[in-house]
Amino acid sequence: MTELFETYSVIAVYSALAVYTLAFIAFTLDLAQRSAPAGQITTRSGVVASASGGRATALLERLATDAPPTGYGSGKPSLPLRLAMGFTVVAWLLHVAAAVLRGLAAERVPWANMFEFSLTATAIVVGVFLASQFWQDLRFLGVYITGFVILLLGIASVNFYVPISPLPQSLQSAWLVIHVFVASLGTGFFAIGAGLSVAQLFQARRESTGAGPRFLATLPSAATLENLAYRVILVGFVFWTFTLIAGAIWAERAWGRYWGWDTKEVWTFIIWTIFAGYIHARATRGWRGSRSAWLAVVGFSAVMFNFTIVNLFFKGLHTYSGL
Amino acid sequence: MQFKSDNPDLYPILDSLQVFNTYSSVWFSAIYLLLFISLIGCIIPRTRHHLAALRTRPPRTPARLERLTGFTSITATADAATALDTGAALLKRQGYRIERFDGSVSAERGYLRETGNLVFHTALVGVLVAVGFGGGFGFSGQRVVVEGQKFVNVLGDYDSFNPGRFFSTDALTPYRLELDSFDVTYETENKNAIGLPTYFSANVDTTDADGNTDTASIKVNSPLSIGNSEVYLLGNGYAPVLTVRDPEGKVVWTDEVPFLPQDAQLTSVGIIKVPDGLAEQVGMIGLFYPTVKTLESGALASTFPDLNDPMLTLRVYTGDLGLDAGIPRSVYALDPAGLGLTAIAGGDADVESLQLGIGDTVEIPGGLGTIEMSEVKRFASFDVHHDPSQLWVLGFAILILGGLLTGLFVPRRRVWIKVKQQDDGQVVLEYAGLARGEDPGLENAVTDIAAKHSQQLGLKLNS
Repeated sequence: MTELFETYSVIAVYSALAVYTLAFIAFTLDLAQRSAPAGQITTRSGVVASASGGRATALLERLATDAPPTGYGSGKPSLPLRLAMGFTVVAWLLHVAAAVLRGLAAERVPWANMFEFSLTATAIVVGVFLASQFWQDLRFLGVYITGFVILLLGIASVNFYVPISPLPQSLQSAWLVIHVFVASLGTGFFAIGAGLSVAQLFQARRESTGAGPRFLATLPSAATLENLAYRVILVGFVFWTFTLIAGAIWAERAWGRYWGWDTKEVWTFIIWTIFAGYIHARATRGWRGSRSAWLAVVGFSAVMFNFTIVNLFFKGLHTYSGL
Repeated sequence: MQFKSDNPDLYPILDSLQVFNTYSSVWFSAIYLLLFISLIGCIIPRTRHHLAALRTRPPRTPARLERLTGFTSITATADAATALDTGAALLKRQGYRIERFDGSVSAERGYLRETGNLVFHTALVGVLVAVGFGGGFGFSGQRVVVEGQKFVNVLGDYDSFNPGRFFSTDALTPYRLELDSFDVTYETENKNAIGLPTYFSANVDTTDADGNTDTASIKVNSPLSIGNSEVYLLGNGYAPVLTVRDPEGKVVWTDEVPFLPQDAQLTSVGIIKVPDGLAEQVGMIGLFYPTVKTLESGALASTFPDLNDPMLTLRVYTGDLGLDAGIPRSVYALDPAGLGLTAIAGGDADVESLQLGIGDTVEIPGGLGTIEMSEVKRFASFDVHHDPSQLWVLGFAILILGGLLTGLFVPRRRVWIKVKQQDDGQVVLEYAGLARGEDPGLENAVTDIAAKHSQQLGLKLNS
């Protein structure tokens, strides 16, 4: 049973990667289309093959020359965008199935080594991205999110894959479920926040100098992006605070001290400090806008550093990468 | 210290910057002390300000509401006084603190936001203080206990001990632990994880100060709470029981020697020092293989961490072990080159290393005597901690989280309802809000109040 589930899990991971790639392409096409000047071709459904003879017809639509550029959340989304979201949902379902199968095969939560951390954390990132659509239209982050997930999940599947092995006793704790899950959830929110902040930086540059890709005109204003980023990062920050506290409680049970300046502990704290700085920057004159956006980007870079470099190359008590 | 010899030029610079003991360095302390002071410097005036704000009534309604958030204006046929009364009641029900003015209601809510914010920052200071206090009055100590051995919680019975700055021996509550047995389960079925330990349990008999005895299991993630301290299982390994006899067969030395594990297969290293009883002082460096296998190169290796086919090899040295010079020397280290010892088995010697299985007795070269390995026990290493402020830290941590949630997500806002009597007998109802701090939901809140209010008025008027 274990081996069967493990095999299916791997198949699901690679299928998810393939569909994510389709989603990434479709998201990119959507952005490219937004870059087209108004009045030119704005919607182009891909090549539709007719069932009978394999004849291909391209459907072209023209908008009236005075039509405003299609914005997000207003009007009917373009075909590539609808396709992209569809692909993302399908890929995510496969992705979640992969994680669940892995968990069933291992008879524990699927996050106990580097491959499994990557598998589950990226699924949570995409889950947060999809869920956030019910709150705000953030589909313009699709290229960034799918690109990010393809990279991370791809590297994890190819380079970090390890067969299922039982949990060492130090990980046999309810805190493994809570601590790691909430950390991944926080990472998901920080990822979206960083994406919004990057968009904000581009948008701010366009608003002041007019430079930058044309699709930016279809995105919310820099001020709106900043507000969205702030709200997303606040949620991430609460989860991160909880992660630190839960980690300390667990460390007390497992290692006999709640804080020991372990490399992972230090980096998690540094990240907490950066985002605390970000939140304070918002309340400080002169630090709003692009400066605080940079802090959000630096903070998320530190999260990724903590997840990859610290896990793989730093010695410490959190050496559970299994590599 | 490896770094010191590798980088003789860089080392003094980095060392003077206290890079090697960052967390106790001057600059690190300076950073957190500054943070600490600025935190307090921020909290005190803000608390004072907030206490004053808590006693202040909502402010006078602005003359013009039009430019404020969520401004809504409704013209209706209604009684101005009733409209004002229901408006005030509606706001009060929604948790607003209200103040009636002539022809308007001024309301404010969300004082909890600032309270949460202050609780968060005060709790941060609380954590720092509690951590410092715990570090000062607590202690941690380590002790290796072989199966059958006892450990008594007194200073002299620890292998190593790290007291806090204000530690006194009164903090050691008397109790005794005896390691009855040590259980380990190794994975044997999953081909990818053969030999991975999945279960450790140190089964101990405990005796407290009053002589009450009990049994307990100390496991990873499951420490034992005894006296005022917690006992953690840190590590484990093998302790071969060794006996050295002189040529006449008289026992000159016997001990259960904890061997320190070197790898996942528990290949372990141990040191044996026999200063008295033989013709010369004898030191041995032992390698222990719980499941031994001879590699193609002829070297030995352990292939499984459990005790399936144990083998002990010993390199034997003679010479002055340096134990009488009054210099403290680790029982876990022997430096043959530094002490100028002579190898008589293994290493540079002509004789091969000694090899012993369980129950074997072999001759020590040079007719010095014999050594026997009668059995192999397991040992557990325990970490004993006492941290008097631990629960305080936890309490403050919970306050941090609670303060963060309320401080970030409770909206602080002002809302006004204004009722203007028109000449034609109709009234104009005006609603508007003002955010105090981040408040993305304000606009909706104001229009919601306006909708509810007119609904209530409508119902009233129809009845």
